[in-house]
Amino acid sequence: MFIIGELINGMYKDIAKAIASKDKNIIQQKAMAQIKAGADALDVNCGPASSDPVHDIQWLVSSIQEVTDKTLCIDSSKPKVIEAGLKAAKNKTIINSTTADEDKLNILIPLAKQYKAKIIGLTISKKGIPQNKDQRLELAALILGFAQEQGLSPDDIFLDPIVMPVNVAQAQMRDILDSIKEFKIISEPAPKTVVGLSNVSQGASQRGLINRTFLVMAAANGLDAAILDPLDNDLMDAAITSDLVLNKQIYCDSYLNAYRKK
Amino acid sequence: MELLKDKWPNVVNTLTIGATKEEGGTRSAVVKCAGEEGLPFLFEEGKIPNKPVIAMEIFDIAPDDWPDTLANAYGSILNSPVDWAIKCEKEFKADLLCLRLVGAHPDTKNKSADEIAKLVKTILQSVGIPLIIVGCGEAETDNKILPVCAQAAKGERLLIGEAAQDNYKTIAASCLADGHSLIAQSPIDINIAKQLNILITDMGLPPERIAINPTVGALGYGLEYAYSIMERARLAALSGDKMLAMPFICFVGNEAWRAKEAKATMGEFPAWGSQLERGILWEALTAEAFIQAGADILVMRHPKAAQIIRKHIEELMK
Repeated sequence: MFIIGELINGMYKDIAKAIASKDKNIIQQKAMAQIKAGADALDVNCGPASSDPVHDIQWLVSSIQEVTDKTLCIDSSKPKVIEAGLKAAKNKTIINSTTADEDKLNILIPLAKQYKAKIIGLTISKKGIPQNKDQRLELAALILGFAQEQGLSPDDIFLDPIVMPVNVAQAQMRDILDSIKEFKIISEPAPKTVVGLSNVSQGASQRGLINRTFLVMAAANGLDAAILDPLDNDLMDAAITSDLVLNKQIYCDSYLNAYRKK
Repeated sequence: MELLKDKWPNVVNTLTIGATKEEGGTRSAVVKCAGEEGLPFLFEEGKIPNKPVIAMEIFDIAPDDWPDTLANAYGSILNSPVDWAIKCEKEFKADLLCLRLVGAHPDTKNKSADEIAKLVKTILQSVGIPLIIVGCGEAETDNKILPVCAQAAKGERLLIGEAAQDNYKTIAASCLADGHSLIAQSPIDINIAKQLNILITDMGLPPERIAINPTVGALGYGLEYAYSIMERARLAALSGDKMLAMPFICFVGNEAWRAKEAKATMGEFPAWGSQLERGILWEALTAEAFIQAGADILVMRHPKAAQIIRKHIEELMK
């Protein structure tokens, strides 16, 4: 499982404060803590409070690059902010994210190409959140078709089925899991799949248990990547053990430790 | 038809054995092994910076279970490890030597650690090629003799064996202290191979200073099983598993010359043909298979078998 650490996000108070006071130690510590816990990539988001996100995202990217060469996931709903982040990045990048709307795809897919970034495609559009598997597949095919026309390889695209909170959309969970599996057969080479995990437990009690149960079930359906809190030890243990059961890691008694040392 | 090529995200570690004068040792040349970026000899997929090397195996006391066809290749020098070492370097062109310290075993000569360490030093003074030393296989004895040898050869960057899952701490600590590398031995078990590498690196020995002895079987004696373990480990290593990305050392001679097919006389099996030729081929064919599985260091016994394999490696590297 490709783990994208979600903790460098201005919606968290400590990060918002660090951005406001330009305290890069806090950012760098958060980056290294996530990597030490097993993250392969780091999400970078200035959050809603930033008054100058174009500048802030560049400061975040530069600060993180001083301590790691891991992939950075440039996260914003504003294409201008994303481009600013890509410009500042020396590390590999993933754009987080485009929707299945043409106006967004028209800007972000060329950016992905220009900056040799991978891109997360949310199967959502202005018409709203998809309500079933077929709508998800339709939007996925639209994103992939668009990206391929522009010369991106399908395996540079991470498709996100949009995970709904289990306490709101219980009836959709089966469809979401099936979508993860079926996204893979839309194209050759197959696209990658990703979820923003914590949404599944939004507003519920037992959040940790719900997160890791969903993650394991998604992994069994072929999920490639997840944006999550790598400092949640039980969650990471579950993710690592999923890899083991799926024969992606070779067993040894210290396999949890070995994975984190990679 | 287009050739499908794999691109691997990880490489096998490069292991350096021996140190020259400039590096704090006394070797005339060092041996670098492994460092592969792809599967064996698939040059299109990645660089193969080093060829597999042949370590000729010598004993500190004359081996008592070698068939004549093997012993005759060396004659009386089997009783003189120093002369034996010199012959392997000068006449048989060994890349390096593997000294097996059988004489320390309580059931053989029960030699003291100092006596053994003195021999190691004398051999190092007598030859210029790098040295591998392997204990007698009895854990308690090895834990006594190997640290003394390691210290006596400090700076020479030996490859020392063998660490096992239930006995690795003493020998890993002394490799760490005296700048040597370590052979981690697992009983044809990929899970234990990985676990042992984790345990050893947890002690602070860098992964680049470990060689995996996966334990092999000779042709007809479990070769396929060892082959598949090595293949699986190598695929995992190239895919990113750093705790399996070590070079393989295969004790081919030790296995091949135990096989009935290598030892039996013509009198016993007239239809099997020349005993000498048969034994040499048994060792060479066993080595050949493991080269294809990813072996980086082959520890061999019969000079003729080594010669066949050296020529074969040259062909493969072209």
